[in-house]
Amino acid sequence: MKKIFFLSALCMLGILSSCRNDEPTVPSTNTPVTDGNPSTPGFYVLNEGQMGSNNSTLDFFDASTGIYSADIYAERNPTVIKELGDTGNDLKVYNGRLYAVMNGSHKVEIMTADSAKHIAEVDIPNGRYICFDGETAYVSSYVGASYGEGDIKGAVYRFNTKTLSVIDSVVVGYQPEELAIANGKLYVANSGGYRYNSGYDNTVSVIDLATFQKIKDITVDINLHRVKADNKDNLYVSSRGNYMDIAANLYVIDAQSDNVIDTLNIGATDICIVGDTAYTYSSEWSNETFGYTYTYHTIDLNTREVAEAQFITDGTTLVATYGMAVDPKTRQIYFTDAGDYVNSGSVYCFSPAGKLQWKADAGVSPGHIAFTE
Amino acid sequence: MRTTTILDMKKTRRVNLWLIGQFLFLCGAGVAPVAAQNRLDSLQHLQELTVTAHRKEAVIAPQKLSGETLSRLNSLSVADAIRFFSGVQLKDYGGIGGIKTINIRSMGSNQTGVFYDGIQLGNAQNGQIDLGKFSLDNLEEIAIYNGQKSEILQPARDYGTSGSVYLRSRRPRFDGAKKYNLRLTLKGGSFGLVNPSVLWEQKISRQVNSSFNAEYTHATGRYKFRYRRVLPDGSTAYDTTAVRQNGDVEALRLEGGFFGSTDRGDWTAKAYFYNAERGIPGPILNNVWRHGERQWDRNFFTQGSWQSPAGKRYRLLVNAKYAYDYTEYLRDDPREMYIHNHYRQQEGYLSAAHLLHLFPWWEVSLSTDLQWNYLDADLNDFVYPTRYTEMIAVATSFQWKRLHIQGSLLGTFIQEQTRLYNPSPHRDEYSPALFVNYRPLAQHDLQLRAFCKRAFRMPTFNDLYYTDIGNKYLKPEFTVQYDGGISYRKSWEQAFFNTFEITGDGYYNIVTDKIIAYPTGRQFRWSMLNLGRVEIRGCDLSVQTTALVGKVTIGLQGKYTYQKAQDFTDPDYKYYGDQIPYIPLHSGSVMAWGIWKAWSLQYSFIYTGERYSNSENTAANRLQPWYTSDLSLSRTFSIKKIACKASAEVNNLFNQHYDVIANYPMPGTNFKITLTIQL
Repeated sequence: MKKIFFLSALCMLGILSSCRNDEPTVPSTNTPVTDGNPSTPGFYVLNEGQMGSNNSTLDFFDASTGIYSADIYAERNPTVIKELGDTGNDLKVYNGRLYAVMNGSHKVEIMTADSAKHIAEVDIPNGRYICFDGETAYVSSYVGASYGEGDIKGAVYRFNTKTLSVIDSVVVGYQPEELAIANGKLYVANSGGYRYNSGYDNTVSVIDLATFQKIKDITVDINLHRVKADNKDNLYVSSRGNYMDIAANLYVIDAQSDNVIDTLNIGATDICIVGDTAYTYSSEWSNETFGYTYTYHTIDLNTREVAEAQFITDGTTLVATYGMAVDPKTRQIYFTDAGDYVNSGSVYCFSPAGKLQWKADAGVSPGHIAFTE
Repeated sequence: MRTTTILDMKKTRRVNLWLIGQFLFLCGAGVAPVAAQNRLDSLQHLQELTVTAHRKEAVIAPQKLSGETLSRLNSLSVADAIRFFSGVQLKDYGGIGGIKTINIRSMGSNQTGVFYDGIQLGNAQNGQIDLGKFSLDNLEEIAIYNGQKSEILQPARDYGTSGSVYLRSRRPRFDGAKKYNLRLTLKGGSFGLVNPSVLWEQKISRQVNSSFNAEYTHATGRYKFRYRRVLPDGSTAYDTTAVRQNGDVEALRLEGGFFGSTDRGDWTAKAYFYNAERGIPGPILNNVWRHGERQWDRNFFTQGSWQSPAGKRYRLLVNAKYAYDYTEYLRDDPREMYIHNHYRQQEGYLSAAHLLHLFPWWEVSLSTDLQWNYLDADLNDFVYPTRYTEMIAVATSFQWKRLHIQGSLLGTFIQEQTRLYNPSPHRDEYSPALFVNYRPLAQHDLQLRAFCKRAFRMPTFNDLYYTDIGNKYLKPEFTVQYDGGISYRKSWEQAFFNTFEITGDGYYNIVTDKIIAYPTGRQFRWSMLNLGRVEIRGCDLSVQTTALVGKVTIGLQGKYTYQKAQDFTDPDYKYYGDQIPYIPLHSGSVMAWGIWKAWSLQYSFIYTGERYSNSENTAANRLQPWYTSDLSLSRTFSIKKIACKASAEVNNLFNQHYDVIANYPMPGTNFKITLTIQL
């Protein structure tokens, strides 16, 4: 009897034990989505993933072959422990390198721009957005140097892209978001997004690049998010409103006088500046339909004239538009769709006439596109 | 807006007053039949006793772990033991301090009721009962019921769950003329565990006993974990070992009670206090190996119960409880936003259940419960919600020969108040249930059983009111369950086999209006919605046998669970029809033990098949199966007539490194030694 017990137990063990294998590096999925066109640039897509899930991923669209490769980071950098990391929040290509701000992993990941090979990482806590000037990179962060109970202000950290060492940081407003450079100064949009009850932040902090000191705060509107510089020393700054009675808006700051010189009266979830045109889209959640409504605009940067636009004309519908990019050469428009924000999203390519060219499966919450140079 | 609130409040109050009146009336009505009982002659009385004793069982017997089997497990908490039940998944965030919640038949942990000594443990704030906080030290029995406990004399709340776990603490028992029992236990081992406890039971009078139990737990929570990836050619991509940080626990549990047994009924009165500080170890992410979150818990409850004696035509069961739960959460990590919040929850509960024995084959019962919940939190813009719940359940039970049927209908009436804004609308919900058990053969204990039940869970206070996330228009989340099963039990005196038992159940569950978080904007704007639909097709199998081989008693228990739990929320979703997160298709456990003289040896094995960490069943979301083997050896002996027991255990014998929840690594091989002295 003992034998039978023993045997059956062993048998069960044997059957079950065969199931666990060595954990393999997750391979990329490569899907041809369109015909190759060597004259247009390819791009990387940063999928934010879910906070605390370590599932931020990187995709690459190779324009010359028309192949969309999802989740390439682990395959190209199999030795990096715990892969790309948690909650990517910004992606830029600068001087032959690809920079990903990994908010949840508290670092900036630096890769080669041509093959997304890991070069180094720079520890920056709670990073949000990145921009560059010469050899220096500037990263906005929700946490500043001072720390303790109560509200804390955010900061801008700077590091040297050659030595890859953090030089220092300067305290700005609450929960700073995007930053941009114009007229030798750095402009940071402060949101105060965690302080929605005590009032959002409503300022753009201005930092002198030469001294790396904050010069002033420009009062604009509550809950600021985007700031983009054109080539005329003007900055386009978006406010998200309070999602209730105060609507989203878009403002123009003159980098010479540091005054707000224009109010454009449109919402702008994202802004892409190409040549003399700014492309914007705005998404607004409705508690009645439990869905988003989208509006699209173009802005003539010479006249600051706003025109309503149709970036999608063929009836294609996205579940939750999460990011936008405009190809500087072809003026094709790319939208990312986050779907339910928990599972994989998609990337859509539209012709300048608004017709769907192709669509590809991306990672979780695709939100940021960076073109190869 | 303000006027409406006041009007609503008035209405609520009127409803409550009416119910309290009703409740008192029903309590009072119980007195008369008690007196009438005494006229029954002794013979009738005797007959009735046997019948009642038989009927006391639930229509469908639960899965149970009790007595020696439970103590042999050498587990530290209820969560460790619960893994040996079929149909159950444990969400385990790892280590001694990590949260552990139970999910019965894939319907979600919020659909599961956990009862401690007959009264449900509440958490109106988030609906989570962390089973890791409940020590096995003083527990006598853990029972799991699918659907509900199909007994008839029980509070209305017991009819309201989709599945329930009943924890029963030890009641004092005295051998012969002994006036007291004193038990001292000391456990120690891996994770820096030091865990002393004392149990003191005293006979106060012929009718009253008391029990006092204290337990202290200290653990550093440190353990090694390993993450490894391989390249397609089999060579190592990375292989890293680190030590789990910030998983320390320090906890004190005090529990005491009085137990009375008189001719006119049995009563208990007890108090429970738990005070703990713990680190929240958090997920292991790229570049993040330590988090700075900490939590303080203080749980206090006192409860009482009175039950009229068995065998009477009319019986009454009264329960009352007051609970106060304090939670302090601190995120003190220079890399994150600073958060420091305090939550205080209170619950008041009163229940009266009446049973009327109409004929030997027919019983009816009526249960009325009142419950009050309040949550206080220092969040901005917090609404301070209060919830009043009235529950009325009618149940009836028939027993013709070998057929046993129970039907019940529970009405739940909920009103809420908030100090700010408008509260969630009133809810009136009805939960019907039908349980059938048939023994086709007179000579054999073969049982065919089936049940169907519709139940719901209320959205939690967090779901409804959490600043900026809550959605007060949320509806309850519903479950419908169909179950059919068979069980066969045989025991032999004097034979090689002592007992043999086999059970099998097939079921189909549907969860509708599943409450899920859905993002409603770009930043911090998630909201709770009634969006999901899940269908679960499953089967639970269990085999149990004991045998006597020479002087060795051998026991073997095997459990197997198959669950196809699919998401059918929206055909347009990429994951339509996919297996829901963290539910394995196959899972099971094996337990084998041998007892020889004073020695006992136990081997246990737990298997959980592959799962997905997200709704989409893709390779990136796939989690490897895991299986662990635990071994324990114990011996009883006596020193100068003092009974002692020593045991040693090795858990995760083969040092498997696995995650139950993605990015929350579990411990490898670990050890524990236990010494018990009984005076």
